[in-house]
Amino acid sequence: MKNENLYNCILGIADNSLILGQRMGELCGHGPSLETDIACTNISLDLFGQVRSYFQYAAKLAGDGRTEDDIAMLRKEREYKNVLLVEQPNTDFAYTLGRQFLFDVYHLMFLSELQKSTDLTLAAIANKCIKEVSYHERFSSDWVKRLGDGTEESHQKMQNAIDDLWTYTDELFHQTEADKAMVEEGIGVDVTKLKDNYYKNVKSLLDEATLKVPESKYFQKGGKEGVHTEHLGYLLSDLQYMQRTYPNMEW
Amino acid sequence: MSEEQIRSLEREFDAKIARDEKIEPKDWMPEKYRKTHIRQMSQHAHSEIVGMLPEGNWITRAPSLRRKVALLAKVQDEAGHGLYLYSATETLGISREEMYEQLHTGKAKYSSIFNYPTITWADMGAIGWLVDGAAIINQVPLCNTSYGPYARAMIRVCKEESFHQRQGFEIMMKLANGTPEQKEMAQDALNRWWWPSLMMLGPTDDVSVHTEQSMKWKLKRKSNDDLRQQFIDQTVPQADLIGLTVPDPDLKWNEERGSYDFGEIDWDEFWQVVKGHGPMNKERMKARVGAWERGEWVRDAAMAHAEKKQARKEKQVV
Repeated sequence: MKNENLYNCILGIADNSLILGQRMGELCGHGPSLETDIACTNISLDLFGQVRSYFQYAAKLAGDGRTEDDIAMLRKEREYKNVLLVEQPNTDFAYTLGRQFLFDVYHLMFLSELQKSTDLTLAAIANKCIKEVSYHERFSSDWVKRLGDGTEESHQKMQNAIDDLWTYTDELFHQTEADKAMVEEGIGVDVTKLKDNYYKNVKSLLDEATLKVPESKYFQKGGKEGVHTEHLGYLLSDLQYMQRTYPNMEW
Repeated sequence: MSEEQIRSLEREFDAKIARDEKIEPKDWMPEKYRKTHIRQMSQHAHSEIVGMLPEGNWITRAPSLRRKVALLAKVQDEAGHGLYLYSATETLGISREEMYEQLHTGKAKYSSIFNYPTITWADMGAIGWLVDGAAIINQVPLCNTSYGPYARAMIRVCKEESFHQRQGFEIMMKLANGTPEQKEMAQDALNRWWWPSLMMLGPTDDVSVHTEQSMKWKLKRKSNDDLRQQFIDQTVPQADLIGLTVPDPDLKWNEERGSYDFGEIDWDEFWQVVKGHGPMNKERMKARVGAWERGEWVRDAAMAHAEKKQARKEKQVV
């Protein structure tokens, strides 16, 4: 493939939205209130909309007849490039919102840089997505504050979620070879430069939510290289079920 | 209030409805009118919320990104319908919590159709096409019902439902025109959803208990049997168009009536499901009650946080 680095770089971006969208979609109809249910579905909807824009572009670059659905649903587990954070399960509402918050803060900063990409398609997609993601970030931040500074029980649950998910935050700032190549060409985002501000923003919000910033310095990584947690396989078996069971059909 | 005064208010109330004027939340209304509306409107809201479950079941497994997005949007619309129907019902003096309580304890009913399982992707098509199709037939007349908040909510609901119905039909059409396996999947879904969809339009007129009063209040404008006939006459040609067979050996066009004659509905099955013994009644309630109970600490936290914020604000003012 001529644009292999660009293709891989797009997959790295889009897979985060794909997997997180899938996680949020699981909750539809099961939220703690009608309003939060609608909001979580809405986030899922936004993320899948983004995925379609990215994968339609990736399919064009691949130029081998694969469609957005082939890319989304017919890769093997090791070929998904999302960060480990987004594949973590909906253990409870604190985990769901904690995961969303830790990703949203990054996602917003990332898209704001991607808007400046010399690749006009990517810049345009980023420009469209950033409006949605600023809403996601507001929503998840507000909920982290509510749960952190709510009742004793909610505080503890929110703290547990942040403590457990913290280990997946550092990976957001790792670069793959494709990412590095794309940064050099002015197309990709240098995520290493987002790190300081990310932790600053996250810490300030956690403070406001009366939550402790985890002190652990041990982090997990691997998603960007396709080495995932055990959770991903199950998620993929749902995601891919129809395409695998009924191959080569139109829906 | 004296009996004479009440009778006079009642006469005025009836005349208003007869003139096609809307009853608004602050207007005087007979207690029976209020109660009947709470029952029907909350039942309608509950149906939207429980109805999210059978379709939500396929969100993670939708066969393409386009279908996944459309399904998410559809289920979200249903949550939205639930939200404004609950709000409209609250204008009659009942809280959302009370309505949930009635749903969770089985005191309030919801549409029985949602007690059937969604076992293949084609069920997403069949629900949109048939279930939403039957719902629209039930609901369009409600856009002109006498209670203002309900009528206004229904105008919006109906617009979205007719979009869902087209979307469902399009899923079925795609399957029916697809591979033999896909066509079989579509036919199987039609076989399973056809009769429950006919039952959705309610018991036959001779046993329907609420009809007469509801007609007067414009909560109902056509009888169950008329609505059912309308649904059949509208849907059979659509099945023909995409080459699927309606699973009723007695179905045939009656030239004289200008309508289809159709076979006997299994009302024992209908009552079994209504009484709580359908294939999914227990699971649906378990899912709703479970979500509510798991969400309790979240709702408590939101309340506590709002109170803290308010207290801080007041302290600042002082």
